[in-house]
Amino acid sequence: MWEFPLFPDSASTFAPKVDALYIGLMIVSAAFTFAFCFFVLFFAVKYRRGSKADRSNIRDSSPLAEAIYITVPTLIGIGLFMWGAIIYFELVSPPGDSIEIYVTGKQWMWKAQHPEGSSEINELHIPAGKPVRLIMTSEDVIHSYYIPDFRAKQDVLPGRYTSMWFHPTKVGRFRLFCTEYCGTEHSRMGGWVTVMEPAAYEAWLEGSSETTGLAAEGEALFRQYHCSGCHGANSTVKAPPLEGVFGGPVPLLNDPKDPQSGSKIIVADERYVRDSILRPMEEVVAGYEPLMPSFAGQIPEDDLLKLVSYIKSIGRGRQTRTLTDRGMSEGEGAASNITDFMGGTSANGGTN
Amino acid sequence: MGYLGADYTIKSWLLTTDHKRIGLLYMISITVFFLLGGAAATLLRLELMTPRGDVFGSPDDYNRSFTIHGVFMVFFFLIPGVPAVLGNFLIPLMIGARDLAFPRLNLMSWYIYMIGGLFTLYALVAGGVDTGWTFYTPYSTMFSNTQVIAAALGIFIVGFSSILTALNFIVTIHTMRAPGMTWLRLPLFIWAHYATSLIIVLGTPVLAITIILVAVERLFKVGIFDPAYGGDPLLFQHLFWFYSHPAVYIMILPSFGVISEIVTAFARKKIFGYSFMAGALLAIAVLGFLVWGHHMFVSSQSMYAGMIFSVLSFLVAVPSGIKVFNWTATLYKGSVSFKTPMLYALGFIGLFTIGGLTGLVLSTMATDVHVHDTYFVVAHFHYIMVGGMVMAYLGGLHFWWPKITGRMYSEFWGALSALTVFIGFNLTFFPQFLLGYIGMPRRYYEYPEEYQVLNVMSSAGASVLAVGYMMPLIYLMISLKVGKIAGPNPWAASGLEWETSSPPPTHNFLDTKIVTSGPYDYELQEFADMQREVQEQGIV
Repeated sequence: MWEFPLFPDSASTFAPKVDALYIGLMIVSAAFTFAFCFFVLFFAVKYRRGSKADRSNIRDSSPLAEAIYITVPTLIGIGLFMWGAIIYFELVSPPGDSIEIYVTGKQWMWKAQHPEGSSEINELHIPAGKPVRLIMTSEDVIHSYYIPDFRAKQDVLPGRYTSMWFHPTKVGRFRLFCTEYCGTEHSRMGGWVTVMEPAAYEAWLEGSSETTGLAAEGEALFRQYHCSGCHGANSTVKAPPLEGVFGGPVPLLNDPKDPQSGSKIIVADERYVRDSILRPMEEVVAGYEPLMPSFAGQIPEDDLLKLVSYIKSIGRGRQTRTLTDRGMSEGEGAASNITDFMGGTSANGGTN
Repeated sequence: MGYLGADYTIKSWLLTTDHKRIGLLYMISITVFFLLGGAAATLLRLELMTPRGDVFGSPDDYNRSFTIHGVFMVFFFLIPGVPAVLGNFLIPLMIGARDLAFPRLNLMSWYIYMIGGLFTLYALVAGGVDTGWTFYTPYSTMFSNTQVIAAALGIFIVGFSSILTALNFIVTIHTMRAPGMTWLRLPLFIWAHYATSLIIVLGTPVLAITIILVAVERLFKVGIFDPAYGGDPLLFQHLFWFYSHPAVYIMILPSFGVISEIVTAFARKKIFGYSFMAGALLAIAVLGFLVWGHHMFVSSQSMYAGMIFSVLSFLVAVPSGIKVFNWTATLYKGSVSFKTPMLYALGFIGLFTIGGLTGLVLSTMATDVHVHDTYFVVAHFHYIMVGGMVMAYLGGLHFWWPKITGRMYSEFWGALSALTVFIGFNLTFFPQFLLGYIGMPRRYYEYPEEYQVLNVMSSAGASVLAVGYMMPLIYLMISLKVGKIAGPNPWAASGLEWETSSPPPTHNFLDTKIVTSGPYDYELQEFADMQREVQEQGIV
């Protein structure tokens, strides 16, 4: 209890980078704070009332001084901003070869589902030395998934997928918190992230899987919810086939009601699949009639992510980077790939 | 005895249109709300002494307490604090006017404030609110079973009090300045209130709209914020912070005005870089509207939007820096004395500097991801709001107390309270920076054991801080009876408010003031003489 740490454990590739930036910020802050305190106290004492200090040539303004006051902090600020932005790019750009785990938050627990079928409550088992990406949603209010030892945090919203990633470097147990206030048991909505040696992780996965895997379950649900009636191979209804769609470009009508309105291209990611199930009239594939009924309120989150997982499994595979940019999850439309913008940082972001 | 002795009946206070009396009505009201909010904070700090829940019966009670602490402090103390009390009292005096432009509207603003306050108090009595002062959706609209509507209505109502007061200030400053009081001869206190009023008038309606949308969704299940009904939960955060980030500047800009007056008066020197100081106030008011998204870096807001908000947040630090640089430069070659108001002002500069600079950790996106919604944020905004606004409010109260009441307080107890508040504040909130960086989330009723040491330190500091806050309450009251008569200008300060008697007559001035020079016209020699005169009369 009487330990006095200044930093949490450093257990991911982000931790040393964020800590270095933090120390940089602290040095700048401390320098300014001590400079101000020194000059305020020095002037206040030297020029205290009644002291004999020289007070000739008093000036009450100096354009040069003001110019310095403006330019120096601005330049320091821009520099710190850039430093922070570069690391932030990495924080929001998962590498293509991440392990993908689905997380559902609800008052007041975290449920994690591994693609192989194991699921766990308020725990997350992951292997060390591999990038892990969480695809998250909430069943009720906003929560936030926070692992201080990884320096990673992301709000988890109802009605959409958000994602975060990290690259654990250290084997051990690390605290997991909910950091967005969510009601009565907010402070108890947490648990542990267990980082294991890869071999131990494989053994754990095998020992804890009760099912054949998320995608297989999704395939069963695909028939159960009658998705296959229209999207299946023998369908008479004209619905787009879903094989090879995930991870690739999809042409959409600008105005779903008007086939002449022209089209735009988006990339089929988790958000797009989810929204297409719940709000099918909003983003209609060019060349198809807007016929599909909405499944909003009929498919629970657990089933939704199994369906997404299935659609993903029949998609283009891992060679195509999935879009996880926050911009895309807000539906900004443009299919810009943030990894291009970053000069490919994400390709090696997980390994350095 | 000036405006205080004009009439002694209760009715003469409750129906007064004298801006000075209305200022005092506000002073009493905000003090009551401050004490209520402070009582809630005391319970919170007691609860956090141990990792397990023990002081409160349930997490719900804890959640209600931090909500009531936030709501009372932000909407009923910090936002109205300096403008409604000191601004109300001083703006007409400083510009040589006999009252605000709309005296009856001014009284109405106080009644609106009280009605809003009573609604919020009702929400507290009727079971409390557990959403936090931020009212994030869809928790506040669809999930909380507490008195959200009553509390939100109280905040909605009190917003109109702010808007009307701000309108009153803007019109007064535009139309009622004494002959010769040009814009560049205005004291910075007036500039600060002008900039604040602009923010209030432009920002507060957005809060009102947001509250109505929350009420509509909660009452009629219209999908605005809850995705289950087709709404967007982030829309609320955008609307809320579009008001609530500028609201931080509503709390702090008037304080900048107060500090500028005090520093010049006790350094006996013209403020350094007057026009840059006024410009910085306006720059903060404008830039303050463009940085709300830095509250949303981990909300799944677009990364590119995040970049814009981040860089603008760094830019808004520049005018804040200009303020601190120029206060420091004002001391250079001054003639500094260390009376109570100056001690509070020096404390303000230190605490505001720390609060401002730790803000950089939050405007830097990568570090914000880690410390967002942890105690680091709690420490940061308390340094700005409590370390900043409350220090400035108390400094201003001590500076103008002789003008308001005509009496001097005990200088010894004044200095002791300034010191106690400064030390107690740092003991309370500095540990919270460390706590935040090692990962303790805010709004936690229970927490892991490794966070206990720093929590105990913080709670211990809070008891020192509480003593510091109680002291002025006592010795200022005592001064009303036994304080020395202050005379019109006990600090030998410049400014029109010091040219009338203390307390001022109901009509403020017996003659029309004609202004022939800028503010802070401290010629060292001239004022040294004046000082000697004052001392010979045995007043200070």
